[in-house]
Amino acid sequence: MSGNAPSSPAPEPSRHGGRVRRVRALIVKESRQIMRDPSSIALGIVMPVMLILLFGYALSLDVRNAPIALVIEQPSKMASEVAAGFRLSPYFDAQTVTSMAAAEKLMLAHEVDGIVHLRGDFARNVNDGDAIVQVLLHGTDANTARIIERYVLGAIGMASQRLRDEGIPVVGNGPVRLESRIWYNENGNSQYFLVPGLIVLIMTLTGAFLTALVMAREWERGTLEAIFVTPVRASEILLGKIVPYFGLGMVGFALCVVAAQVLFHVPLRGSFIVLTSVSMLYMLVSVGFGLFVSSVAKSQFVASQIALIASFLPAMLLSGFLFDIRSMPVALQIFTHILPARYFVTLLQTIFLAGDIWSVILPATAVLALMASLLFAATLRATRKKLA
Amino acid sequence: MTENPRPAIEGHGIGKLFKRSGGEIVTALDDVSLTVEHGGLAALVGPDGAGKTTLIRLMAGLLTADTGTLTVLGIDIAQDPQSVQDRIGYMPQKFGLYEDLSVQENLDLYADLHGVTVEERKRTYPQLMDMTALGPFAKRQAGRLSGGMKQKLGLACTLVRAPDLLLLDEPTVGVDPLSRRELWEIILHLVREQGLTVLISTSYLDEAERCARTVVMHDGKVLAKGPPDSITKIAAGRAFLASPPDGQPARQLQARLLDDPGVTDAVPQGGRVRLVKTSADADVPAAVELVAVEPRFEDGFMALLHKAADTGKSASMSLGQTAKRHNGETAVEVDNLVRKFGTFTAVDHVSFAVKTGEIFGLLGPNGAGKTTTFRMLCGLLPASDGTLRVAGVDLRKARASARQRVGYVAQKFSLYGQLSVIQNLEFFAGAYGLSGRRRKERIAWAMEQFELAELAKLPSGQLPGGYRQRLAMAAALLHEPEILFLDEPTSGADPLARREFWQRITSLAEEGVTAIVTTHFMEEAEYCDRVIILDAGQVLAQGTPAEIRAHAPESEDHEPTMEDAFIAVVEEARREHGRPGERSAA
Repeated sequence: MSGNAPSSPAPEPSRHGGRVRRVRALIVKESRQIMRDPSSIALGIVMPVMLILLFGYALSLDVRNAPIALVIEQPSKMASEVAAGFRLSPYFDAQTVTSMAAAEKLMLAHEVDGIVHLRGDFARNVNDGDAIVQVLLHGTDANTARIIERYVLGAIGMASQRLRDEGIPVVGNGPVRLESRIWYNENGNSQYFLVPGLIVLIMTLTGAFLTALVMAREWERGTLEAIFVTPVRASEILLGKIVPYFGLGMVGFALCVVAAQVLFHVPLRGSFIVLTSVSMLYMLVSVGFGLFVSSVAKSQFVASQIALIASFLPAMLLSGFLFDIRSMPVALQIFTHILPARYFVTLLQTIFLAGDIWSVILPATAVLALMASLLFAATLRATRKKLA
Repeated sequence: MTENPRPAIEGHGIGKLFKRSGGEIVTALDDVSLTVEHGGLAALVGPDGAGKTTLIRLMAGLLTADTGTLTVLGIDIAQDPQSVQDRIGYMPQKFGLYEDLSVQENLDLYADLHGVTVEERKRTYPQLMDMTALGPFAKRQAGRLSGGMKQKLGLACTLVRAPDLLLLDEPTVGVDPLSRRELWEIILHLVREQGLTVLISTSYLDEAERCARTVVMHDGKVLAKGPPDSITKIAAGRAFLASPPDGQPARQLQARLLDDPGVTDAVPQGGRVRLVKTSADADVPAAVELVAVEPRFEDGFMALLHKAADTGKSASMSLGQTAKRHNGETAVEVDNLVRKFGTFTAVDHVSFAVKTGEIFGLLGPNGAGKTTTFRMLCGLLPASDGTLRVAGVDLRKARASARQRVGYVAQKFSLYGQLSVIQNLEFFAGAYGLSGRRRKERIAWAMEQFELAELAKLPSGQLPGGYRQRLAMAAALLHEPEILFLDEPTSGADPLARREFWQRITSLAEEGVTAIVTTHFMEEAEYCDRVIILDAGQVLAQGTPAEIRAHAPESEDHEPTMEDAFIAVVEEARREHGRPGERSAA
């Protein structure tokens, strides 16, 4: 400050030391901004909590008048007792058919969400105390399927209770054994699927959306223009963005994992280390995408729209989180292969519900790693300390 | 860098093209050559769109030139921008402070980026804080500083370590006269005491005059280079003062003179008109007595610009139908007007009256309450207390009927950017309830009077700055209002556009339209019949420009200017009330 350059030769800090100091300064700056900016906190912390509560609890709304098909292969007193239970229930809108084939047709046409199958030997088996009611549910909407399953269980339980009251001998748990199978979604507990799936949404949101937004904001407000004319390198500016938002995304991840374990008791059959590692990798992909978007689109509005449409919406709709990819049209199925979220959903579902199955984990991880490297390379190329 | 034989900046044949969103190619710089030596202050002067910002960004390595060579501190900026960026300080026009970081945190960030050690900071921070008077605000968030303080902080951030060259891009735009003077004191101090090399771009001609060297730019080209004297000399023997007939405002004579083919430039000054003739022996047939005066930088600059640009067109205009003249009546009457926002009093018992056909100026630093007063006058904001009569209507009782009789030009461009010029006019005509033939007539009038016909189909968002201003004014005049409110209409406008604007206002006033104007340019108060100076919501001084000028302290080297008077009035009031110099921009 005092004295011109010749009189006070600027001490030349080692190249490396300067770099570390600059990146640290940018990270400190960004973290302060995150702490002070209500919208960052809202997106990074409040939003995950809201989503967890919403998806975990609020989506378990009552299902009323669920259309089901009741297959009664052979009319009997027992069967009509069960049928009456369904008809009287406010939860179902039951139509009776006589063959399984007819019921399956209805289910495929999506006219019914479930099939309750009373076999021809139902009445006889009730008397033997070993009746099996087969329940088939349309699992693309796992949540509804789960609710219907619970109601069917209830309705049949009531029927068996009435039978017991009428003096029919009860063996074991009851005269009726329920054998249920959910099509397309064998482990039909929606929370098991939804809560791990939320990790995808939250990490995409903080990684891609928030990062694209804050970077575009710097372009828009002209803060980058001033920063550019300092010894800082473009790669250091990127690093100063990656680290804090990576951290914020991992906080969201931690919230989801805790919620999954504590609130919803989702089993974690794989190892925590593998889970964290693949999540960190996905977070890198996500942040890389956000930075790439903002290196192309330099206005907040455009950057946030692109990030939303190209990352968040596909992550929600096409990743297999809400809708099973196998039930999508073939063209969409092929398209999902370029979505990083798809691989991450596969990884999450596998690690949470199945375990460390390396034949699934390794290929998906490899794809994500490739995507992360490509995105960072592209961003580094596109980010120059230039205004136009 | 005294040991460096090469100049601080050396450019030859620099060219730069830009592509507009429509695909149109714009030449920002055309064969620009310039040299800036080490040490001292150099100015880049020119009207808007001259290419000043582009040139400075090239020097900072933020853009790459299409043609030509540019070396900064002896380094080819196109080859090695980083080495230059390591050594220079650059303050963009809109300095990108991190608004949610405090003053101290912003400084620390730049100190870290520049690799300033902790020991060095101990030495430089107190100096910077002292110089910028930001010390007491170190913990305040940058976003909550006033405009002038933000600029000072921006400057401090570029000075965390002594740069070999400091590039400042219009650092005083939108800054009130007090803050502007403080910024200049800092810059001059740096140059004088520390031998810093500074290149500053500006459209304020008095600022250019203070620099050791100037480069005058227009339309992407360099018109002239040299010390300010060499520019001033262009107007040698051509500068005169003319006195208006008794009882007539100087602006009427000035507007007439501007239209005269023998006159290059004319501005009101101290109750008289300062003019520059096209040549020393050009005739001025307006039958006025001329007194020869020493030319100043502005005279030479305007003479240069007129030679280069087609600015011969007159901006005199007519409202159309004969305006209702009721001279002498009161058009606007404000009595003890108060506006509070929570506990904050933005306007504090302000009283004034404006007569029909007057041009009335509201002057004041940033945050003085000018815009709030305006919004109340236009019926956009209810007053907390006091009376307010506009065009004879009590605004607190009948806002709608008053609105029909006023026109309002907001500070920010408030037209629909995606609509074309003609669509905007059609929309506003409809909004004012004009229909049928009258609507057609008024739109045709606007296109003609504001010379918008050529650009009628262009989306208004793509209009050049001066034309936007014209369109905004045209829209506000469609319904032939008796009273026109203009909030900072000349902010960010260059000298040419400002003269054109005032010529229009003068014509309108002659037709009986009352104009109330806020402005940052103190010399523009000379166009007004009467002026009030506001600060912290209170009226500090009121009167004709001559009466206001009388507040200025005696000065040996120049006649007291409006700006001197303004600064004296505001400073005295602040001393008396012990009010802090800066208020946070709430």
